Amino acid sequence: MTIDMSQFYQVFFDEADELLAEMEKLLLALDVSAPDSEDLNAIFRAAHSIKGGAATFAFTDITEVTHMLESLLDRIRKGEMALTPEHVDAFLAAKDVLTMQMDGHHHGSGVDQDAVDSVCQRLKALSQDIVPETPAVEAAPVAAAEPAAAAPVADADGNYIFHIELPEVPQRDVDALAAELGLLGTIGQERLADQRVVFTLTTSESQDSIVAICSFVLDPDDLKITLGAAPAAPQAELQGGSGTKQPAEDPGYGIFEPQQAEAASPPSPAVKPEQAAASAPAAEAKNWGRRATDKEGGNQESSSIRVGIEKVDQLINLVGELVITQAMIEQRIGALDPIAHERLLNSASQLARNTRDLQEAVMSIRMMPMDYVFSRFPRMVRDLAGKLGKKVDFVTHGAATELDKGLIERIVDPLTHLVRNSVDHGIEMPEKRRESGKNEAGKLTLSAAHQGGNIVIEVSDDGGGLNRERILAKAKQQGLDVSDTMPDADVWNLVMAPGFSTAEVVTDVSGRGVGMDVVKRNIAAMGGSVDIRSVPGSGTTIAISLPLTLAILDGMSVKVGEEVYILPLGYVIESLQPASADVKEIAGQGRVIKIRGEYLQLIPLYQIFAIEPCFTEPSEGIVVILEADGKKAALLVDSLVGQQQVVVKNLESNFRKVAGISGATILGDGGVSLILDVSALLRSSRQLSAAPIFY
Amino acid sequence: MSYTTQTQAQAGVGEIAGKEFLAFTLGQEEYGIDILRVQEIRGYEPVTRIANAPDFIKGVVNLRGIIVPVVDMRIKFSLGTPTYDQFTVVIILNIGGRVMGMVVDSVSDVTTLSPNQVRPAPEMGTFDSDYLIGLGTLNERMLILVDIDKLMSSSEMGLMEKIAA
Repeated sequence: MTIDMSQFYQVFFDEADELLAEMEKLLLALDVSAPDSEDLNAIFRAAHSIKGGAATFAFTDITEVTHMLESLLDRIRKGEMALTPEHVDAFLAAKDVLTMQMDGHHHGSGVDQDAVDSVCQRLKALSQDIVPETPAVEAAPVAAAEPAAAAPVADADGNYIFHIELPEVPQRDVDALAAELGLLGTIGQERLADQRVVFTLTTSESQDSIVAICSFVLDPDDLKITLGAAPAAPQAELQGGSGTKQPAEDPGYGIFEPQQAEAASPPSPAVKPEQAAASAPAAEAKNWGRRATDKEGGNQESSSIRVGIEKVDQLINLVGELVITQAMIEQRIGALDPIAHERLLNSASQLARNTRDLQEAVMSIRMMPMDYVFSRFPRMVRDLAGKLGKKVDFVTHGAATELDKGLIERIVDPLTHLVRNSVDHGIEMPEKRRESGKNEAGKLTLSAAHQGGNIVIEVSDDGGGLNRERILAKAKQQGLDVSDTMPDADVWNLVMAPGFSTAEVVTDVSGRGVGMDVVKRNIAAMGGSVDIRSVPGSGTTIAISLPLTLAILDGMSVKVGEEVYILPLGYVIESLQPASADVKEIAGQGRVIKIRGEYLQLIPLYQIFAIEPCFTEPSEGIVVILEADGKKAALLVDSLVGQQQVVVKNLESNFRKVAGISGATILGDGGVSLILDVSALLRSSRQLSAAPIFY
Repeated sequence: MSYTTQTQAQAGVGEIAGKEFLAFTLGQEEYGIDILRVQEIRGYEPVTRIANAPDFIKGVVNLRGIIVPVVDMRIKFSLGTPTYDQFTVVIILNIGGRVMGMVVDSVSDVTTLSPNQVRPAPEMGTFDSDYLIGLGTLNERMLILVDIDKLMSSSEMGLMEKIAA
């Protein structure tokens, strides 16, 4: 199965960029002596998210680095290890390496493998509680192989050695500078052939401090500061005040300024001049090459922009208002004489078209096909199945079903968990499947479909199904209130109880991550529900039902007495006028209507909402057959008014929740109409009419 | 000035030093509310009834795209006759970010009352004295000063969801 993953790269890069930036910000703000555990967790989460994303897209190099980062962070955040400045430095270095790798994948720019290795080594060393050795030693092999490589430049005391090349300045200034810089650390001085002075400063201060001091005397742009390793090779050279704002205390960073060859001056005694000379041009060429690609990459700056969701929502709201206003205008000019006002009417109809287009365009900003989520899975399932030694056929249906972006992003984690669960626990091993007469390859289906006003996403497998006895036994063991005669559906729901796991062995596949209770909580937070169906021996289906909590819904307006209510069209199956013979009275239970051999409960809206209706007999009015949560009922109304798209307004923002009402909308004439909460009506039509809504 | 009355009333008096009040009438009585809670004053528009709500909650209206509940104070306090014509006035209040409309008989003016014009309210009248700041005297007029924040957020009005117990 081949799926073009590249279409999602951009999303990953955007996300990863944000996460990396966030990570850096947090790292920089971290108080080493008393780190805030929230911050540590946030950094950990960022690393973890990047790792997850990178793994999905098979960027193994990024995964490796983040994995090391993550394990180290994990130990620190659990308090197994104290945070030291070395850690923070190493993390920052790792972040820079990740950025570089990310760019490498994104724009095809070069990746300095040595820098990667050095960071990995550093992280590994730290996670083994080893304070990094004197960098000169660690750097030595690397430096020997390629002088331009990223050799750490801090010595054992965390000091850095800077070579500061001054422009031609009076001796007086040189002395002043030498005195000032001397305060930062140990300073040495030598003179170049052209009489310029070069300081060698060993200090724990950053380059910025040096530039700051020098700028009192001279223009920092004329200053050339080289970050050098102890007695090792010529090192990364940074030009003071140049565009590259590279933290000087960041030894692992692999990108260097192109003037690498010049960095060889002053020659440091440890390297033979000819070696430096020989390797320098190569390094220079290499780095120039990288620069070129970097620039190229810069031009490709993303073709998408990330905008806050509130802004989009605000836009949607405003367009909603516009639609209403437009409808109002249309209604008002409808009464005008079409001949006398031809031009006005023409303009108005053009406005109507434009408004509709605008509305559609704005709505589509938020809508994304489920494919965005689904296409992450084939790879994951394949890898997972491979790891577990299972055979799985992965099928998706309804990938084109559109869902609100906000929901789509939040559904990813629960779905991932469910899919993992299905592969890990649901589908059996090939031998077992063969024994039970099934195809060796299990079938895992992921489907999405609109059903009524909901989107239903199903993860279903043809595996062994849930084990009723085992769940009950486990529930009893955990002290949950269960009985052996519980209906299946209730038993399956136990799986979603907090802390419940039937897994006998916690594998690395299902042991980690979120549990079913978290899945349920996440879905519930989105206003949805999780339903488990399972047949022993033939599989499990987990259906997630999410409401389309969109600002706009298709509604059917119905009239009772003088009042107009909106029914979400998704719940409406049909509307009809029953023959009086089909209406049956059930003593004390209200009435039922027989429709095509099925008896449906009659819900008289006028009774529930205490309206003075035109008709009380279903045979005179209209009944609308509604279906919600698998339950059908017939709603008695006076007449149908029409069908229209309505902008859903929250009733609770200024008022309160009203039973039987899910929201309100503004009609074309500027009046307010209430949207019926169909599931609540069906669920409790009787209680609703009996119990007072207000107290 | 009587500083010897109940502490509660005293606190109320102190709070409102030199405040401006919007004066409105309900039947024969004249009331005042903090002008800063008033967003605007509008004419009465047809409302959409809320099923099974108490009768003083007239329903909801569309106020430039937001849905706003409207209560009729005349019904709530059985004052005057609840008629709705072109002279009926709705005071749109903004209380803690929530917008609501209040139907009154008429709105007269905005007056500034200094603390010594505000007297503590006696334990009587149509309002539970919990919702009263005091009685404001202005020449021959007497304003019943209502703590509109407290009144509108009260469970008695049923306008806001009760905070979950």
